[in-house]
Amino acid sequence: MQNFLRDAVEFMPILLQGVWLTVVVTIGSLLLSTVLGLLWALMRVSGIRVLSGLSAGLINVIRGIPIIVLLFYLYFVMPDFGVALTALQASIIGLGIAYSAYQAENFRAGIEAIDKGQIEAAQTIGMGWWLTMRRVVLPQAVRIVLPPYGNVMIMMLKDSSQASTITVAELALQGKLIASSTFKNTSVFTLVALMYLTMSIPLILLVRHFENKAKRK
Amino acid sequence: MIELSNVHKSFGSNEVLKGITASVEKSEVVCIIGPSGSGKSTILRCINGLESYDSGEILVEGAKVDNKAPSIVAIRTQVSMVFQRFNLFPHRTALENVVEGPIYVKKEPPAEALERGRALLAQVGLAEKADAHPGQLSGGQQQRVAIARALAMQPKAILFDEPTSALDPELVGEVLGVMRKLADDGMTMVVVTHEMGFARDVADRVLFIDGGVIVEQGAAKSVLNAPQHARTQDFLHRVLHPL
Repeated sequence: MQNFLRDAVEFMPILLQGVWLTVVVTIGSLLLSTVLGLLWALMRVSGIRVLSGLSAGLINVIRGIPIIVLLFYLYFVMPDFGVALTALQASIIGLGIAYSAYQAENFRAGIEAIDKGQIEAAQTIGMGWWLTMRRVVLPQAVRIVLPPYGNVMIMMLKDSSQASTITVAELALQGKLIASSTFKNTSVFTLVALMYLTMSIPLILLVRHFENKAKRK
Repeated sequence: MIELSNVHKSFGSNEVLKGITASVEKSEVVCIIGPSGSGKSTILRCINGLESYDSGEILVEGAKVDNKAPSIVAIRTQVSMVFQRFNLFPHRTALENVVEGPIYVKKEPPAEALERGRALLAQVGLAEKADAHPGQLSGGQQQRVAIARALAMQPKAILFDEPTSALDPELVGEVLGVMRKLADDGMTMVVVTHEMGFARDVADRVLFIDGGVIVEQGAAKSVLNAPQHARTQDFLHRVLHPL
């Protein structure tokens, strides 16, 4: 135990650098996946066949490709097409695209849960598609969508470790580097696990808060 | 102000409107009665473009109703609709429901719209419920808010789609009372209803629809008291003497 505490004090500063990148990757890809997911979902429910077909196709393609392959593609293949991304950019874009498919399905479920009668009522007072979305559908869909959205945040935090495969020195990779140079596997990976857990717990509590709020509605 | 000529409408292979020709004059109250599935609601939904129709023509103040054309928005702001199931926005208060259209569609200054909204809620007897959410209101109160919401658009006509059918019997009166007052004030109204008492007392004209065609129409009292057609007689007999 004493050894562990000593190791902890020694490795913590390096691991915290990794935490910083983990947070950057997680927040960056969360924002990107939210924007893209909302875009796919709105295309899907637009009632315009070309857009909804395109969205359905995109979602299936994205869902069918492993995140790690998507990351390799962005980081190692795109330069051949003249698009050179930094490892951090590639990881945020890759995770953002990968998760946009799940976000889209979540958002769509929330949008479709709104009673059609309300949409008709909005139409009969002269609201167009976008105004109906903005004033009637989305404000209610948000409440339905929040609990699963919180779960996506947790999954995203953990999946940000996949950025380590394309050299982003986030928490998992920092841990691996320290472990391979000191051979203190137990201390290092226990610390890494505890740090992920510490970051997850507030998110888990947030999800519970959302769920309680949704239940009270 | 509303004219339908030879309107046809099918859902798949099921033809629900088989050539409807009718008109509604300004300040007239027209009740549409008939068995369920006869196409009554579909007529209302076609008039303000919630459904498209296959052939024929519907004109509102001379403008053709086409729910694919941009002009549909203007028509909808002139012809409001009240639904069987109220369809209030549950995340907004009664007052917010009423002013939603004026503020966001008609771009009225919010202060003015709110003031008018409160007056409308008072008009339907719900001044003190302005800040209540729909979930806190009874069915009758919700329907009265829905009527205020329709009125807030300052429409030239209001379509009522079985406005009391989802209400407990003791709440029907308060909604019909508000509607009667509107009729007295000269509002043009088209009402799909099973309330024969309302039709007899308030309507100027009654259309009896069965199987997608107008079987009989005329002055309310003559159709309801002395129906000419056998199907009308049979329907009224079953509605008025269910046992």
